[in-house]
Amino acid sequence: MYSKKVIQHFTKPHNQGKMKNPDGIGMVGNPVCGDIMKIYIKVKKNTKKKKEIIRDIKFETLGCAAAISTSSMITDLAKGKTLDEAIKITRADVSESLGGLPPIKMHCSNLAADGLKKAIENYRNKK
Amino acid sequence: MNKKLIYLDYAATTPVDKKVLKAMLPYFSEKFGNPMSLHSFGEFAKEATQKSRQQIASFLHCNLEEIIFTSGATESNNLAIKGIVKKYFFGKTKNLDTRCSMNKPHIITTVFEHHCVLNSLKFLEKSGQAEVTYLPVYKEGVVRAEDVKKAIKKNTILVSVMYVNNEIGTVQPIEEISKIVKNSREGAKTLYPIFHTDATQAINYFDCNVEKLGVDMLSLSGHKIYGPKGVGALYVRKGTPIEKTQDGGDQEGQKRAGTHNVPGIVGLGEAINQVKSQKSKVKNILSLRNYLIEKVLKEIKDVTLNGSKIKRSPNNANFTFKSVEGESLILMLDQLGIACSTGSACSSGSLKPSHVLMSLGIKTEESHGSIRITLGKYTTKKEMDYAIKTLENVIKKIRTISGDILKEF
Repeated sequence: MYSKKVIQHFTKPHNQGKMKNPDGIGMVGNPVCGDIMKIYIKVKKNTKKKKEIIRDIKFETLGCAAAISTSSMITDLAKGKTLDEAIKITRADVSESLGGLPPIKMHCSNLAADGLKKAIENYRNKK
Repeated sequence: MNKKLIYLDYAATTPVDKKVLKAMLPYFSEKFGNPMSLHSFGEFAKEATQKSRQQIASFLHCNLEEIIFTSGATESNNLAIKGIVKKYFFGKTKNLDTRCSMNKPHIITTVFEHHCVLNSLKFLEKSGQAEVTYLPVYKEGVVRAEDVKKAIKKNTILVSVMYVNNEIGTVQPIEEISKIVKNSREGAKTLYPIFHTDATQAINYFDCNVEKLGVDMLSLSGHKIYGPKGVGALYVRKGTPIEKTQDGGDQEGQKRAGTHNVPGIVGLGEAINQVKSQKSKVKNILSLRNYLIEKVLKEIKDVTLNGSKIKRSPNNANFTFKSVEGESLILMLDQLGIACSTGSACSSGSLKPSHVLMSLGIKTEESHGSIRITLGKYTTKKEMDYAIKTLENVIKKIRTISGDILKEF
């Protein structure tokens, strides 16, 4: 049912855990559907180039293998990117990087891009 | 990587018993005849199907002519339900029976039947052929006989209640219900309601004497009792007004057309014979299952057992873990060599949570964290110990990944 890549990220998720003093938090999902996701980011400002970069990113997820692996994948995709780059990462980018997701999981469990977006917005709103 | 594989999903299907397989093998290439043929090839095959019929009849305490071979419990349940309704509309009973003066017949069932029963009934409702009452099963997962009594109406033609639930293993009061149905029939001097039970999950562990149970129809399946897949049977008490739902030849007393699945039928007979001779193993399964429940409730935090602990099949345990999603749980357990199943929506294909867990009043968000562990005659203490330890570790790991976000949300 799942690609090898999904199973890899599911079994050994990257950047999993809580973050102390994050700069932004994004929480998405729906307990009734069974998937909830929380993305934490730490942002580094590069004043010379006037850029803001995601220095660290972590996640916590309650959900199925698709939900956990997309969370893990988005942390890989977003780490080191500028906020402007990171906010453009789409659901399709995430599922493609994982070698595809079962069609039925595309909607409900592929929430990571939304979670990251919310975390970035949360950071920007604080400023 | 752990190489050993532990099967704990016996309610989904069972391995074919070696003795059953041995009995079946000659009927593929040597004694391959069609039981409907008059020559000796046909005779051999017919003898074999009759022997199986005998084995099943002796298990159920009924007559040979009361057994209809089918392709499995799904077909048996479809035939039982749709066959009764079809006969009601097109058969002669309409003129003979007082309850048939009503146009639309009424059927009583429970909310947590198997989908083959529920979807058959939903089709009948949708197509305007019947009205259906779905009785509650409460927190314990047991229907109340008095609810059946209250639900019977003038136009009730069928009551269908499963013997043992497939997900939570709870046992239904079949004998009590049959008394109510009989009283209602005698009071109104009619053939109806007919009482049907889906006994698919009951055959291995419970008395299926149809006289004792008082049922008019009973469904069973081969592959749940260490027999082959693709074969089952429907017991239909003599005189029950039922019409065939599949047209074709004259097989099975003109109740079920289609060439007999002879090897399958032979396997089914042998499997049911084995059930009889293996009663001693039930005690072992029960003690292992009790050990499992006791350990899990003690060793793991935030867990509940779903359904009655007492009125329960000896091989079934069904738990809900907080802050755990079932599909993740099943996949991680599988990677560590343990096979069981979940009622989580994420694994269902339809993304709907288990209707059985919902029927117990469990909240949707909690239903996601459920697993069903079902034991069988090959389950050992060693397997149980490994499974409990692994379950503990996997729950810990998943709860680490999910943190406290269910609370925070």
